[in-house]
Amino acid sequence: MPMQLTAEQQHILDGGKGEAFARIMKTLVMYGETFGAERMVPVTGKMGHLVTSFGLSVMKPLYGLMNELIEAGALSRQPFSVDPRPLDKNVPANPLQNLFFKVMYSKQRDYDAQLRKLGIAKDNAYSCTCYMDEVGNIPQKGDVLSWAESSAVVYANSVLGARCNRNSGILELFGSILGWAPCFGLLTDEGRKATWVVQLKTTKQPEAQVLGSAIGMRVMEDVPYIKGLDAWIGTELTQDARDYLKDMGAASASNGAVGLYHVENLTPEARELGDALITQDARVYVIDDEELMRVKAGYPCIWKSETAAPKLCFVGCPHLSLRQLHTWTERLLKALQNVGRQKVAIPTVFTAAPGVLEAFEKTDDFAKLKNAGVVTSYICPLMYMNNPLCGKMPVITNSNKLRTYTSARYYESDEILQRICGEVRQV
Amino acid sequence: MKQFKGRVVVPGTVTAEALVSREGFNTLASFQKSLMFGDKDATCSDQNNPDIYGKAMHGKALCLPQTIGSTTGGMVIYCAAALSKEPACLLFSKPIDSLAAAGVILADVWTDASMPTVDSLGDEFLKAVETGMTVTIAEDGLVYIE
Repeated sequence: MPMQLTAEQQHILDGGKGEAFARIMKTLVMYGETFGAERMVPVTGKMGHLVTSFGLSVMKPLYGLMNELIEAGALSRQPFSVDPRPLDKNVPANPLQNLFFKVMYSKQRDYDAQLRKLGIAKDNAYSCTCYMDEVGNIPQKGDVLSWAESSAVVYANSVLGARCNRNSGILELFGSILGWAPCFGLLTDEGRKATWVVQLKTTKQPEAQVLGSAIGMRVMEDVPYIKGLDAWIGTELTQDARDYLKDMGAASASNGAVGLYHVENLTPEARELGDALITQDARVYVIDDEELMRVKAGYPCIWKSETAAPKLCFVGCPHLSLRQLHTWTERLLKALQNVGRQKVAIPTVFTAAPGVLEAFEKTDDFAKLKNAGVVTSYICPLMYMNNPLCGKMPVITNSNKLRTYTSARYYESDEILQRICGEVRQV
Repeated sequence: MKQFKGRVVVPGTVTAEALVSREGFNTLASFQKSLMFGDKDATCSDQNNPDIYGKAMHGKALCLPQTIGSTTGGMVIYCAAALSKEPACLLFSKPIDSLAAAGVILADVWTDASMPTVDSLGDEFLKAVETGMTVTIAEDGLVYIE
């Protein structure tokens, strides 16, 4: 059924504001109609968030399209943040890898300039965790968003109670340019109902990144209602709980396509509506210790040699919070002390948003972490690993998202700690 | 020859060799390397998808349940189409997801590429179609496999 457009929207579609605006509107209308949207709704969130942060030399079509928008005056009506930058000279790389980075991301400066013209909020607004206090793109409950970045979308929907579909890159910008989004899916009450009940029956708190992975692989793009997790992470959205949900959600969105989850007694809509959020024909997925072990055992290792000694470790995909940086520092220093070491055994990078790093650098922990040999960076580990010369290296991580998209090998956080402290030398 | 009926997302007719992903198709993971390194065949680089890992995607009738993964997905499909590395068509057994829809619509509105797309073909379609079979999309969402 065709969407009902307002006179203004129809005027734009008919070319009243020029060809570029007409094509933007046509794209959003086709997109909405594919999902049965009957109308557009205003984007009410104060800020947008874009997923594309990288000036990859081969993505010429994207930059051409951006130029077309800029030349037509089709700029974002709201300031936006964007995913992390792909390059940071602080992150270890050999001269050949650095040379490849230069060629690979040769469009970075040009693309950064395009983002400034399109409306990026500030020069350091580059992070996948734009909703951190130190970054400041924090939607209110009920806000309609036009965002992309799967981990940010699932967080905004689930933890903050905002409303956003799993928009693709480019589409999210189109919504911010027009100030409207087609109303379907996760923007509607019906689309936010859970079609899965995930019943947690583990004997200990599950690793967030494995739990998210299990849920994502099973429910794909559906909405799960998770029962039993509050027993482990509580019924208040403390920073601790928010960090857990950030990591769990990112894994569910990258290992599957989850855009929204509810956690019984914890997330805003589950607290308000409880079981009324669950559809009558919802399927049930029971997760116990064995199921998590099964899921983890299924992760392939595509290193040339499975027993290779890791050359680099990334922690922070999605970016770490300030609290996580402190917790990791504390745990790392204690673990190093236990094994009688001063510095990490494997080059290690902790990643966080520029604003979070700025705050962290003002604390004593920063110097301690640096002295332990850990590099802090705003980089996107995924973009680093996309360099084929980096991708060939044995890299370990506690990020299920990084595992999914690159050759990085996944370990739970405790295992990562053991390895970077030199407790385990062989993989 | 078997016939299936789906919903037309992007119109068009085409005949091509089937490439079947029985699990969710991770768009970024699948196209990442080919987009970065000028691989004209668009060889699938998703290590987690044994059905199609290492196989050429360009010019194939890509048969899949839905896409999964990063929200760059639609942009990736758009770029693949603009760089002439797109599949000949996309055939979804389930209703199309928002990222794939964005990609095929962006390709349709903003490039010259033709990538007919049909969704909701049903689980039976994905059970019947095998990699290497010949797939034809006719008008009105009719799909034939042989």
